[in-house]
Amino acid sequence: MLIKTKHLLNILLLVFCFPLAASETATSSINLREGVTDISHQVYDLHMTIFYICCVIGLVVFGVMIYSMIFHRKSRGAKAANFHESLKVEIAWTVVPFVILIGMAIPATKTLIAMEDADESDLTIIVTGSQWKWHYEYQGHDIDFYSLLATPEQQRSGQWIKGDTYLLDVDRPLILPINKKVRFLMTSDDVIHSWWVPDFAVKKDANPGFINEAWTKINEVGTYRGQCAELCGKDHGFMPVVVEAVSEADFENWLLSEKDKILQAKAEEQKWLAMNMSKDELMLEGQQVYTAYCAACHQANGQGLPGAFPALLGSPYVTGPVDKHIEIVLNGKSGTSMQAFAKQLSLKQIAAVVTYERNAWGQNSGDLIQPKDVNQIVKSGL
Amino acid sequence: METSLPTHSDNHAAHHGPAKGIKRWLFTTNHKDIGTLYLWFAFIMFLTGGAMAMVIRAELFQPGLQIVEPHFFNQMTTVHGLIMVFGAVMPAFTGLANWLIPLMIGAPDMALPRMNNLSFWILPFAFLILLMSLFMEGGGPAFGWTFYAPLSTTYSGDSTALFVFSVHIMGISSIMGAINVIVTIFNMRAPGMTWMKLPLFVWTWFITAYLLIAVMPVLAGAVTMVLTDKYFGTSFFSAAGGGDPVLFQHIFWFFGHPEVYIMILPAFGIISAIVPTFSRKKLFGYSSMVYATASIAFLSFIVWAHHMFTTGMPVAAELFFMYCTMLISVPTGVKVFNWVATMWRGSISFEVPMMFAIAFIILFTFGGFSGLMLAITPVDFQYHDTYFVVAHFHYVLVTGAIFSLIAATYYWLPKWTGVMYDNKLAKWHFWCSLISVNVLFFPMHFVGLAGMPRRIPDYSIQFADWNQIISLGGFAFGLSQLIFLALLIKACRKKGEPVPAKVWDGAEGLEWDLPSPTPYHTFSTPPKIK
Repeated sequence: MLIKTKHLLNILLLVFCFPLAASETATSSINLREGVTDISHQVYDLHMTIFYICCVIGLVVFGVMIYSMIFHRKSRGAKAANFHESLKVEIAWTVVPFVILIGMAIPATKTLIAMEDADESDLTIIVTGSQWKWHYEYQGHDIDFYSLLATPEQQRSGQWIKGDTYLLDVDRPLILPINKKVRFLMTSDDVIHSWWVPDFAVKKDANPGFINEAWTKINEVGTYRGQCAELCGKDHGFMPVVVEAVSEADFENWLLSEKDKILQAKAEEQKWLAMNMSKDELMLEGQQVYTAYCAACHQANGQGLPGAFPALLGSPYVTGPVDKHIEIVLNGKSGTSMQAFAKQLSLKQIAAVVTYERNAWGQNSGDLIQPKDVNQIVKSGL
Repeated sequence: METSLPTHSDNHAAHHGPAKGIKRWLFTTNHKDIGTLYLWFAFIMFLTGGAMAMVIRAELFQPGLQIVEPHFFNQMTTVHGLIMVFGAVMPAFTGLANWLIPLMIGAPDMALPRMNNLSFWILPFAFLILLMSLFMEGGGPAFGWTFYAPLSTTYSGDSTALFVFSVHIMGISSIMGAINVIVTIFNMRAPGMTWMKLPLFVWTWFITAYLLIAVMPVLAGAVTMVLTDKYFGTSFFSAAGGGDPVLFQHIFWFFGHPEVYIMILPAFGIISAIVPTFSRKKLFGYSSMVYATASIAFLSFIVWAHHMFTTGMPVAAELFFMYCTMLISVPTGVKVFNWVATMWRGSISFEVPMMFAIAFIILFTFGGFSGLMLAITPVDFQYHDTYFVVAHFHYVLVTGAIFSLIAATYYWLPKWTGVMYDNKLAKWHFWCSLISVNVLFFPMHFVGLAGMPRRIPDYSIQFADWNQIISLGGFAFGLSQLIFLALLIKACRKKGEPVPAKVWDGAEGLEWDLPSPTPYHTFSTPPKIK
């Protein structure tokens, strides 16, 4: 029996000392990250303080318990004492924990009040979650874009070796300046998502139809990764958050180049409106768009997931009139998971993906949809 | 856990012995039979929900998608949670209540025996409906056991209707069980069994029953609103129609937080019975235990929003819920201190029930510590919806509630069956469970702190090593429970040493004055309470 008690003691020591020893390093695989903002440092300090308090309480309580397990055993001839209450002791162990709690509550309250004060920000980003991507809008700068998982499908299915940032890579990260107070306004287009970057100690739910507020002020240049933290459906595990923090000067430059790119894209779009794309071009681009935006629900083979997401193969939208098909891609279908893609995709991309859906998987309707066809439907306001 | 015909010559009891065959179990109104049914049902559900946990851990054994699709993974986490909460832990405690409360208060049966039969027999149908939904086109519920709207309304599959119906049945069953407990304790105590003489298991169940009656209707309201939002065009949780998705979370957690105490208060009662027995010393601070239980029950109604710190509440509300949540650690601490003080200067021996009870005290306290950490709102923003939370609630529910249930089974099983369980198997069960459960749940703290969100079917490679260890712990813990199954079957077939009426020399309470195995009918004439 004594051996078994020692066994238990070893387990206890192991579990207690493990996190203690490892808490020294900043990027631990078993502890919170200290992060790169003043707030995240405060949060980390709070976390460690509470952890140490719990350890001390644990050592005292379990120490007493293990002492009596060893020395007050029947097999050692221990005779049971008779006491079964003591007002003094009982008052002590009610009051002492209460005082400790007050000691914890004071720094926690200060930090919380600071975290919830998003006033006087230098920049506002509107963060919108949707199944299963993030959309970022730089308020007052006319810049907005979607940020999608960029980890290749082949890594997920095990055909390729997984990279260091497996599932934590996006096609377009959120670019933020350091040393500026950045306010986030969170909302959602469909279900509840939660935007989380551990290094900033920011986690806030994105609720459909409501706006939440959070803020951060990053101290160091770098790339910071997080994930959606609220179960949001099938691909909840596949909507990472990546923030690239750059110097203020780099950020200004980035804003200018972004505005340039938008102008270029608009000019490009005009060019496409005047052109006819070949079937090969449309199908090639259509397949890329389909894989990135549609396959999560409708599946790569177009057969959907029965009962959850409808099949496209044989669907009346795909086999019926082209106008209806384009229209549902543009505007989505309210009350279902089908999103409106008018904001997310260019006219050319929509033309390509509709063409693809009507000619892929052994279908051969021969329908070729050009960017101008899509534009016509956008203009007619269907 | 089968009961037999009375062994002593009581004509009255022999006359009303159990019916033969299946009819005995279908039509029984005997509290012991119904208790046995509840316990076996809970154990089968425990293995079913456990099998789903094995699927989850197999998929998470390494990064990448290997075994199941994300959509099915979400169904597994959802149904695992629902089954373990409503199918395993709650019915097991109800089973113990049925078996033990009449024996402990000197009553011949539960006050409402026919309702007792009904409240059990609707349960298997509830879970049949839930499990069948997994085979529907589109699969079963996949929105987490917390079924947050609008994921469970606009964006859910058609199995939602079955899910709602199934939860309604579970709720009705729980409410009937709770009514029965309250009426029995109020009216059927033997003469002289005053309130402050009640064993703590009876006290904790009495308070639990009130919690059940208070919050199960709230859950019924929540699922009904989900049903009407999804199928009948209401907009309780949809901003487009003037509703609010966060309203759902307030309603759900107003049920959900008392619910977690429903699953732990009776456990406190069990530990308060076992620790004194094997310390051969009276429970320290009986009355403070009663008051602490009542305080925890009261506080459980004003802390619900600590599950929702990231939903965007006003600072004042966040502070209020943080302070109230921290307060809960005071009465909970009192309980742990009382158990330790009971052991202090006792004459302790380590039979298997005691081993599980000691493991409970230590490991439940771990869960208490992580609970206190989670209460601190600014840090909760980092912990929320990560594996740290998963670690926390599995420590309080598995090494807490489930360990207490196992301890209770070992403690009272010889009384029920009349034979001692296989001690060797029991020790194997204990050590395998204790080690594997910690390998399973302790590293979840680490991956959670390192940033792994919960409810994801695939993860970044930095979490790979710990997840592999966690999965191995999970498989080992699952297999360890098969030892328990073997032991139970053996005990129910009466293979083992016969035991005397007072199975444990330090045990106190009316049930230990009855012969072992317990006769089919007991206390037809109320006992005299000293």
